[in-house]
Amino acid sequence: MSVTTLLIVLLGLSAIGYYLGRARSVRTVAGRTAELHSLPSYHGYYVAVWCGLPALLLVLAWVAIEPDIIRSLLIAKLGDAAAGMSPQALGLMINDVRNLAGGSLVSREPDPVMQAAADYYNHLRFLSRLALTVFGLGLAMAGLTYAWKSIHPRLRARNRVEKVVIVALIICSTIAILTTIGIVLSLIFESARFFTKVSPLHFLFGLEWSPQIALRAGQVGGTGLFGAVPLFVGTLLIAFIAMCVAMPLGLMAAIYMAEYADRRVRAFAKPALEILAGIPTVVYGFFAALTVAPFVRDTGASLGLQISSESALAAGFVMGVMIIPFVSSLSDDVITAVPQSMREGSYGLGATRSETIRRVILPAALPGIVGGFLLAISRAIGETMIVVMAAGLSANLSVNPLEAVTTVTVQIATLLVGDQEFDSPKTLAAFALGLVLFCVTLVLNIIALRIVTRYREQYE
Amino acid sequence: MSAIDAETVRATAMPKSDAATVNRSNVPAFVAEGVNVYYGSKQALKDVAIDINRNQVTALIGPSGCGKSTFLRCLNRMNDIIDICRVTGNILLDGQDIYDKQLDVVQLRARVGMVFQKPNPFPKSIYENVAYGPRIHGLARSKAELDEVVQTSLERAGLWKEVSDRLNQPGTGLSGGQQQRLCIARAIAVQPEVILMDEPCSALDPIATAKIEELIDELRQNFTIVIVTHSMQQAARVSQRTGFFHLGVLVETGDTEQIFTNPHDKRTQDYITGRFG
Ligand SMILES: Nc1ncnc2c1ncn2[C@@H]1O[C@H](COP(=O)(O)OP(=O)(O)OP(=O)(O)O)[C@@H](O)[C@H]1O
Ligand SMILES: [Mg+2]
Repeated sequence: MSVTTLLIVLLGLSAIGYYLGRARSVRTVAGRTAELHSLPSYHGYYVAVWCGLPALLLVLAWVAIEPDIIRSLLIAKLGDAAAGMSPQALGLMINDVRNLAGGSLVSREPDPVMQAAADYYNHLRFLSRLALTVFGLGLAMAGLTYAWKSIHPRLRARNRVEKVVIVALIICSTIAILTTIGIVLSLIFESARFFTKVSPLHFLFGLEWSPQIALRAGQVGGTGLFGAVPLFVGTLLIAFIAMCVAMPLGLMAAIYMAEYADRRVRAFAKPALEILAGIPTVVYGFFAALTVAPFVRDTGASLGLQISSESALAAGFVMGVMIIPFVSSLSDDVITAVPQSMREGSYGLGATRSETIRRVILPAALPGIVGGFLLAISRAIGETMIVVMAAGLSANLSVNPLEAVTTVTVQIATLLVGDQEFDSPKTLAAFALGLVLFCVTLVLNIIALRIVTRYREQYE
Repeated sequence: MSAIDAETVRATAMPKSDAATVNRSNVPAFVAEGVNVYYGSKQALKDVAIDINRNQVTALIGPSGCGKSTFLRCLNRMNDIIDICRVTGNILLDGQDIYDKQLDVVQLRARVGMVFQKPNPFPKSIYENVAYGPRIHGLARSKAELDEVVQTSLERAGLWKEVSDRLNQPGTGLSGGQQQRLCIARAIAVQPEVILMDEPCSALDPIATAKIEELIDELRQNFTIVIVTHSMQQAARVSQRTGFFHLGVLVETGDTEQIFTNPHDKRTQDYITGRFG
């Protein structure tokens, strides 16, 4: 039986176990289910878990270790032929054997030794699957019978099933956390490798960025300068322009929707604005590159300004449009969270709507709004696609929004595009940049969430 | 109405008491006739008519959901905030129809202040809470004048002694009863003619309640007060006139003593003797 079929059969057995368990629990009390410690369905789940879970764990463990065991058996079988080989050659050989066994193309003419090895390999796999099927189904049946027998009215089936559920939940969240930790650790280690080649001071404070490295000694051009300041400045410049667009527009939109719009307008406008958040960033990117950037350039030309067709202004503007829904929906949430009693109190004193908004609602909602802004900024800093397409790649150290600049994310993307060895400073630099980006957005997010939660507590 | 015209209208409006001084004492402050209120298609008040006398406390009593708050909120047009709410009939304040298109709601609410069931101080300092109304209405020309308005309002609300040394601390940090008196001070600071109170003591303990009742009795000299209450003892203690609502109908109004000792209507009698509600 293949592993997939086996899993399906196990699932079916668990389902049967569920019904058997439930039926037996009802039978033990002759239908008076109130006498059971747990509801009949918990008895059902109890049997199903005993039936499915051990067998499932067995299958997983088997699948995990099977290739290694087969491999070592195969090497033993090849014996002398394998003994003299280098590890790479051996790996290649085993690969060929596997491919031959699977019937796919092979890198060399099959010789009798290999053919024999392939047959042996197939034989091993067949045995392994057979054993797995037998043990798996046997374990499932054993579990089912044991649990089914153990059902009686006082069985604490609910508590046990819930314990299993809790363990499963813990495992899931652990996986999520471990993945994050793993990513962060790999960032840190790769960055550490980078910093053994390039000094951190040079990286953090150097004013020139030109990551091309001479491929052979003495090549002209490309000394590998890793001063990241132009990237930081470019990133901040674009994020700043984006916030200049998104903050007023998003906040005003939120105020309108929360305080002025009647229900029908709100029912239409809020989702419409949130659609903006659903547009893929690459679409914004070509909107920026094909529409906004030429527009900015032409307008500049008619005013007598030299603007390159890739400019921080175009990229920042489009990025600002992209994060409007972020700012507006977060601000809208905090504004509507200001209790109605505040508004009534203010209206009751003869304040107008705008006075109420300016003097009561915005001050009360301010911390939450600031938190929303910070989240939006961290989103802007991490954005790549728009900048790749509209702001360019040249690492100019400039705060002039009409010039092409580049950002941290764009450089990460370009450093890793194409064939690269993964231990040159050039590729490792991407990790260092990633680490900086991660730290900055992490700090921004932590501050933002702190502010937002503190604000929430105020009204509870 | 947009906020901008509201402000311009208010800036050019006449001083509020001019029209009223002429025949101040014997004419009621509010005269309501044939007031119907609908929430969507549901009718919450049916043909309510009542006179509310000056410098008296009028109590509105009745079982839950009978429309007391709804009627109270008609008097300063607080129901305008609720989209689905529709009011018909006449309500005159000093002979002027408050639902008239010409009339400015903002100005009306400055003349008819409101204190709510749950104390709702703004998340600002005590001083700023009281100064809020005078500021937006431009009632004080200088900082010194504003300080004085704040002090007198807090004094009249009986809160000055307790908070005079911590005016810059947040109003939300006071106790429930103090917060409610702060809200009363905030309403007084605008110098309204009428103060509406919707169950102002329902969130308070008996001692804080007693303080507020005492305060209401003092305020009567300068203001006309309408109070909604669930406590019949409270109505009997603080009010001179009482109106009894039942299922959206104003069943009976009269002097408080008469309502509680000798009600004309069977429903009123049942309610005050605790047979329903
Ligand atoms: N915003 C609203 N939307 C719809 N219906 C409402 C609204 N406010 C009140 N009502 C309805 O109007 C009726 C009168 O309500 P109101 O709040 O005036 O009662 P009340 O006498 O103040 O009651 P309570 O003593 O419980 O405060 C009730 O049936 C209520 O359901
Ligand atoms: Mg009410």
